[in-house]
Amino acid sequence: MAFLSFKGGVHPPERKNFSEKESIKQLPLPEKVYMYLSNHIGAPAKLIVEPGQKVKTGQKIAEANGFISANLHSPVTGQVTEVVKMLNAASGKNDDVVIITREADDDWELVKHNSDYTEFKPEEISEIIKEAGIVGLGGAMFPAHVKLSIPKDKKAEVLVINAAECEPYLTIDHRMMLEKTDEILKGIEIIKYALGIKNAKVGIENNKPDAIKLMKEKASKYPQTEILELKTKYPQGAEKQLITAVTGKEVPSGKLPIDIGAVVFNVSTVYAVYDAVINGKPLVERGITITGEAVKNPGNFWYRIGTTVDDLLSLSGVKTENPEKVLYGGPMMGIPLPKTELPTFKGNNGLTFFSSESNKDRETMPCIRCSYCVMSCPIHLQPYLLKRFVDQRNYDEAVNNGILDCIECGSCSYGCPSNIDLAKTFKTGKKVIRAMKQRRV
Amino acid sequence: MALNTSAAPHLRTKDSTRKVMIDVLIALMPAVIVSSVVYGLKALIVMLSCMVGAELFELFIMKVLRNKKNFRPDFSAAVTGLLLGMNVSIAVQWWQILIGVIFAIGVGKHVFGGLGQNMFNPALVGRVFMIISFPTAMTTWLKPGVTDLVTTATPLAIAKESYGTAVNFSQLMANNNINYMDLFLGKISGSMGEISAAALLIGFIYLVVRGRIKINIPVFYVGTVVIFSSIMYFINNSYGTPLFHVLTGGLIIGALFMATDMVTSPMTFKGQMIYGIGLGVITMVIRYIGSYPEGVSFAILIMNAFVPLIDIWAKPKIYGTVKKEAKI
Repeated sequence: MAFLSFKGGVHPPERKNFSEKESIKQLPLPEKVYMYLSNHIGAPAKLIVEPGQKVKTGQKIAEANGFISANLHSPVTGQVTEVVKMLNAASGKNDDVVIITREADDDWELVKHNSDYTEFKPEEISEIIKEAGIVGLGGAMFPAHVKLSIPKDKKAEVLVINAAECEPYLTIDHRMMLEKTDEILKGIEIIKYALGIKNAKVGIENNKPDAIKLMKEKASKYPQTEILELKTKYPQGAEKQLITAVTGKEVPSGKLPIDIGAVVFNVSTVYAVYDAVINGKPLVERGITITGEAVKNPGNFWYRIGTTVDDLLSLSGVKTENPEKVLYGGPMMGIPLPKTELPTFKGNNGLTFFSSESNKDRETMPCIRCSYCVMSCPIHLQPYLLKRFVDQRNYDEAVNNGILDCIECGSCSYGCPSNIDLAKTFKTGKKVIRAMKQRRV
Repeated sequence: MALNTSAAPHLRTKDSTRKVMIDVLIALMPAVIVSSVVYGLKALIVMLSCMVGAELFELFIMKVLRNKKNFRPDFSAAVTGLLLGMNVSIAVQWWQILIGVIFAIGVGKHVFGGLGQNMFNPALVGRVFMIISFPTAMTTWLKPGVTDLVTTATPLAIAKESYGTAVNFSQLMANNNINYMDLFLGKISGSMGEISAAALLIGFIYLVVRGRIKINIPVFYVGTVVIFSSIMYFINNSYGTPLFHVLTGGLIIGALFMATDMVTSPMTFKGQMIYGIGLGVITMVIRYIGSYPEGVSFAILIMNAFVPLIDIWAKPKIYGTVKKEAKI
């Protein structure tokens, strides 16, 4: 059988065997948590607690500030200690962080919930999701309620569930599907109900046959939720590539999935929706894979958001051996950490520890026009050409040749025999172009 | 503890430009061996000295003339040198080849800026320079497997005499003792490395297995030659059979190893298709009506000149966009 896929992409080593058989372990509560006010894409949340104030687990500590923003809740029961500036490795800037010291076991403050979600109106579900501070947990951290508020001139037609987990090493979505199957399938029904649509398509890469089998078995109860097998290829789980693989349609350049009627949720996000609507839990905990060559006992864990990387290691008992590089996320798009004292945030689906820099001994050489980057670009750009334009600061030509469509998946850099940092160049190039556009307006 | 924070992706291929070049050298070895069997030890010495000489000359250019003190050989010059050595007749003098190698590396490659910058295939630049400079030596062919002194014409030169006449082609082949098996295995006269299609194919398969080659180019190139020569063969059988045109001259080495030179060929599938078809047409036009019996070198150099244009024209359609007009 031909598996669903897209054109382009690469096959990096998967190395999921490190942790794919480890079931998700509940970690003990951390003593201190550090919550970035910017724990999502969009405007940072507005702080509504003061240092010294007692907070319960799940109590709102910061409020969405604008449409594209999200609420923030305390992951522990304790006291707000202080608000400090801390490095945010994702943006490279110093961001506001609320420090909360735990003083007792969980005393939950829940959001509105009901075990029968149909008691709610669809708009109410969207409201609960917003209240619970749910953001895209696949890594992008886009506020979930924004995806559910469909603009008037557009219509949602299909819910696409991202269970591809194409990023090498990471296995948390895989484990979630095996261990929280019913919850995820019910979560899909909730989101469909909120969107007022009937169909959902779940895309899973075929390197997870056990998850596909289990999901298919259990999904037989929900005839309008299709479980689809995708070819194992990076970046199969990139939003646009996934949509193309399961629907055969392309998201127009510069537009959003909703423009072709698609709404995309990650499986972990679906679980968070379930947990909020059915159990009333705001988003304060999630699953994570801790893995990599420098980890002796990799595994999957259920942890409180805001725990520092160091605390996660000591709470989970994961032993590392002289890591040289530590990543939020997996090896293809992961963000390198300058130090391990930094906190985790809502989008952390993995921590990858490398014992050596895989790229250390490779010399950067001139481009030999091997065409690998052109053949592997999932957006069908010409990375070699864009790199030349950006290097020449010829940003107009770079834009004409689609640099703003680049999804920064890193497929081009991955395969470049001359070891040219293509994706990095595009990342900075896009930043410059966006800054220039803003100045012009 | 300071952690490494170099940019994503944090996994990279283990490949390198150097490994690509070494693989190409390995892929050329079967043809070098066949040639040494056919033309003797001298052929082996000439080809290997071209390879080493080109690399040494590049080292000199980089370290001394361009002052790149930490340059490490990447073996791309060795590929150029070896290909040039394989593309000349055994009758050429050593100093003539030396000049060819120096021209190929110096003018064909480094004048443009070195690795990755040259517009034209440097080995062919060297070869065409030699054809112009030493026309007699470059078109003197020795009979394979016999003593050094017996000169002969290449099968293509023999066939060229009778294109468009009433001569029966299979009769012509029989009269001149040409058979397809010899053409395939390499018992024919010609440039040192081009004679054995079989050996070149073995090397090509190695490159395909290792994923080192733009495979579309030879497919379209050879395909075009087959279609073009079939049409001509049906019009008048003196134009030669398609199989004859594929197996003789420099077509196989040209299509498999010279046209696929990464630096001087197009980047997209569509571009490679246009490039391959163009090569086939030009090669056959030169063979049929040009003043040389063989046109592979010229065809590749001519198409090389079009590569920047082809790259602009054959842009892939960006995901989520409607195809726009190509702009120059």
